[in-house]
Amino acid sequence: MAELKGWRELPEGDILPAGTAKEFETGDWRILRPVWHEGKCTQCLQCWFHCPDSAITVDPSTSKMTGFDYKHCKGCGICAKICPTKPDKAITMEKER
Amino acid sequence: MAKIEAKTGNEAMAEAMRQINPDVVAAYPITPATEIAQIFASFVADGLVDTEFVAVESEHSAMSATIGAAVAGGRAMTATSSQGLALMYEMLPIASGLRLPIVMPEVNRALSAPINIHCDHSDTMAARDFGWIHIFSENSQEAYDNVIQAIKIAEDKNIRLPAMVTTDGFIISHCMEKIELIDDKAVKEYIGSYKCDHPLLDIDHPVTVGAIDLQDYYFEHKRPIAEAIKAAKDVIIEVGKDFGKRFGRSYGLFEEYKIDGAEAVIIALGSTCGTAKAVVDGMRDSGKKVGLLKLRVFRPFPYQELSIALSRAKCVAVLDRCDSYSSTGGPLFVEVRSALYDLKEKPAVIDYIYGLGGRDIKMEEIEKIFLESLSVAKSGKVVDLVNYTGVRE
Repeated sequence: MAELKGWRELPEGDILPAGTAKEFETGDWRILRPVWHEGKCTQCLQCWFHCPDSAITVDPSTSKMTGFDYKHCKGCGICAKICPTKPDKAITMEKER
Repeated sequence: MAKIEAKTGNEAMAEAMRQINPDVVAAYPITPATEIAQIFASFVADGLVDTEFVAVESEHSAMSATIGAAVAGGRAMTATSSQGLALMYEMLPIASGLRLPIVMPEVNRALSAPINIHCDHSDTMAARDFGWIHIFSENSQEAYDNVIQAIKIAEDKNIRLPAMVTTDGFIISHCMEKIELIDDKAVKEYIGSYKCDHPLLDIDHPVTVGAIDLQDYYFEHKRPIAEAIKAAKDVIIEVGKDFGKRFGRSYGLFEEYKIDGAEAVIIALGSTCGTAKAVVDGMRDSGKKVGLLKLRVFRPFPYQELSIALSRAKCVAVLDRCDSYSSTGGPLFVEVRSALYDLKEKPAVIDYIYGLGGRDIKMEEIEKIFLESLSVAKSGKVVDLVNYTGVRE
């Protein structure tokens, strides 16, 4: 955590640059972690659509899923739940180490 | 040449808004302020302004939309009164917290219950601690001049705080008086254009506005407001002087009316000051040492300046057009008393709560207050610290 700023250093009126949530790492709240089984993945991107924390990483040049942003994934399990592959899911939840 | 016209307080304030030509006005009707937005809406319909007029469904929405427009980067205004202002209370500290220079004409009217549409100051006094600048007007001319000056004050780089300019409901809002109008072009030049530092609509520089602040940062974001309101004092004085230089009518934090050598001084806000001046004139003619201090700016409260101005009085009678139900007098009384606390030789300070719900204050009543104050000045003994004037026992 950066050093806390004094009131004279702050921008006026609580107006901040946008997108700073990225700098706030929330991944350490996780109890369960999603694990990607690449061989079973159909690249349907349902996980990417549903992830509430934008923590599914996608390669912008291929538009294919590449894994997880573990710095921000809170381990909610929505991706594993939504994953449609059968009989085995391409995303499973495992106990965080 | 200046144009002389007959205008009510509401017409005068709407006229000032027309000349300011704000980007957005969002308003909801409420007596006795309805006309301000109504007249302004006709300016919009007639194509006399470039303003986007937003007809909202409540005052809460009016202030919310005004805040939204100001955050987007526009010059945004609204107008209200009484219960309407009360419905805005939730939003008022958001406007100051986000440092938005919104200027709002406000027509002072009593709060319910009992329901009443006439003047007292309980509406804006209840909003005194929300980080807004509060400027009171004695008459239509001042209402007009104050609205224009408020734009300069609120938008000053070092202030960036919202400001409300008030008139007394019906007494000023609906009273037609002769006023001197400034040329449209001169007003436009005087106020200049407003440039918001971080407009939400600047998509090349995206910003977050109104993010959550917990124990670690809330205090640091509130602290600068205290500094800005303090700095507003000098800006109000400068703007008032400059306005005088340009247009011939100077303004300060307050007006001293014959307080030189006065033993008893009345301090009051708004339209009552006009009546009090007539009483002072009459009593001075018969050799009574009385004077009036008309407070124009209630927020920021001019503590130091008041204590200097009132230091030579022997008795100060505070006229409060509302009660704060603290058990010890109205809001103006406590502030004035506190302002004088550090004086070595303090005048006696007495409170007179008067005029609730539009009850007239007569010249004889003001004269009686002066006479009582003169006798306190002589004896140094205060009989009743808090008095209610003009109420039937």
